[in-house]
Amino acid sequence: MAEKSEQLASQIRREALKMVALASASHIGGSLSVADIMAVLYQDILKVRSKEPQWVNRDRFILSKGHCCSALYATLALQGFLSLKELETYGKDRSRLMAHVSHAVPGVEFSTGSLGHGLPYACGKAVAAKRKGASWRAFTILSDGELDEGSNWEAILFAPQHKLDNLVAIVDYNKIQSLGSVVSIMDLDPLAEKFRAFRWSVKEVDGHNHSSLKDALATLPWVPGKPSCLIAHTVKGKGVPFMENELLWHYKSPEKQQLDIALGGLNETSL
Amino acid sequence: MRTAFINELIAQARANPRIFLLVGDLGYSVVDPFAKEFPERFINMGVAEQNMTGVAAGLASEGFHVFIYSIANFPTFRCLEQIRNDVCYHRYPVTVVSVGGGLAYGNLGYSHHAVQDYAVMRCLNPLTIASPGDPVETAACVKWLVSNPQPSYLRLGKAGEPIIHQHEISLELGKTVEVKSGALMSGVFLTTGTSLRYAVEAIQLPELQGRWGVVSLPLWGEEQKTAILNELSRHKAIISVEDHLAAGGFGSYLREALADTAIQTRLKTVSLSANLLGLIGKQEYLNSEGGLDALRLVEVALSFSACSPSRLLN
Repeated sequence: MAEKSEQLASQIRREALKMVALASASHIGGSLSVADIMAVLYQDILKVRSKEPQWVNRDRFILSKGHCCSALYATLALQGFLSLKELETYGKDRSRLMAHVSHAVPGVEFSTGSLGHGLPYACGKAVAAKRKGASWRAFTILSDGELDEGSNWEAILFAPQHKLDNLVAIVDYNKIQSLGSVVSIMDLDPLAEKFRAFRWSVKEVDGHNHSSLKDALATLPWVPGKPSCLIAHTVKGKGVPFMENELLWHYKSPEKQQLDIALGGLNETSL
Repeated sequence: MRTAFINELIAQARANPRIFLLVGDLGYSVVDPFAKEFPERFINMGVAEQNMTGVAAGLASEGFHVFIYSIANFPTFRCLEQIRNDVCYHRYPVTVVSVGGGLAYGNLGYSHHAVQDYAVMRCLNPLTIASPGDPVETAACVKWLVSNPQPSYLRLGKAGEPIIHQHEISLELGKTVEVKSGALMSGVFLTTGTSLRYAVEAIQLPELQGRWGVVSLPLWGEEQKTAILNELSRHKAIISVEDHLAAGGFGSYLREALADTAIQTRLKTVSLSANLLGLIGKQEYLNSEGGLDALRLVEVALSFSACSPSRLLN
């Protein structure tokens, strides 16, 4: 019997696949790579209330890689922030489920879509909590390609300066960016060392191993006075064998037959 | 002007615990009094405008009214997308403050010449522009912004601007501030920002004295376009004045507002010529090179009157 978070991850993948297929949308690869992280966060880590999305003491979560909103909307629907039925409107005329993260959706703090915006914003949230003496935390998930943006490095300098140990940056390190492999375009390695040199506390985990994710995220902050960076090594397209590590699925939407195969495979692995 | 700004911000911050000030490692000797009095509501963000604006949005989302302070084009062009997406789209109360609007940093060169800022900032709905004409308008703008927290752009001059208004004024959205006008006048100069001084100088010259007035419009923006029509319609003729390039500036804004309306007010615009780009010099010199000084305003007013004497001259 899979753990609850693993079941949730499988459901997130299923709903995200159905959404992008129905809307003929892109970016399923990155939604599949981040699904396990999202599941662990919402099942076990984040203090949030689906019936009270604006609860003042909630942890603030920002999906900076906004193109992978199908994973976030699916998570929020599965956790009761909105109906599963509404997911069918994804990307449709006048839907609030726009194909990059939208703050019109209950449970969403911040609209993203242009990369390099989530971390500075999360820093602002973390400063606000510190200055108000509040105990909630700010979490953000960044993509690896997104780390090319200079704005992130401004924020990576800023957070330790202000001892934002209530800030958590999770890198969905799936090694593939928009036009090819990260290594071939703008190599980030040694990524952990870079964050450490900027005075963050850093851990690296298998981003699909729920126990590892939970162990790391259950003990925050790892070093008092330092912001935390979790580098989650992931596989783009994870959970659907024919999509794994395939750049094509940054763009392509599954056709009916492909969707059926993908969903069938997920049924087998989750039960 | 920057002193008037910080003094008023401090006065407001004493009564309003939501006011927060971020600076982009600029404001030497200006921002210190705020930092000393409100260390918990102040951060020097370093030389990092994109992060400064994103952090401002994050703070604003938690209830603060955040002023982000830097000079010339740094808090606008450098972080334009953060202003567009993070601040304006989410309608957060963040006021972008630029010191050295226009050509106040005249001899520092092109990088420091803020003469295209209205054009880009005014299309960012729902952002309101606050461009005061003197230190009195500056204080009034800060008061208004604090009372009406919203995405906004406060464009300041630098230091030593003449005081035009002899008494404290209060501002209202969509309303001009009267400096000198009268029902029998041929028309008014309608200014925004520190170009106000040139219009005041022009109407004191014998050619225009008693015949042309001056009104100032410190608060404007895309969402106020309809609201200002009533003000525009009150005048027979208007010459808009700004220390900004013609493209996309205040004059363009007024033209857009008047287009397709039945309003009979005639409009001419005075703005800076792109010929000055690349030149350096004192602010007055550069403005004059760009076609903005009192004599030029007189010339435009007289040419205006000559076009239709029966209509414009009583």
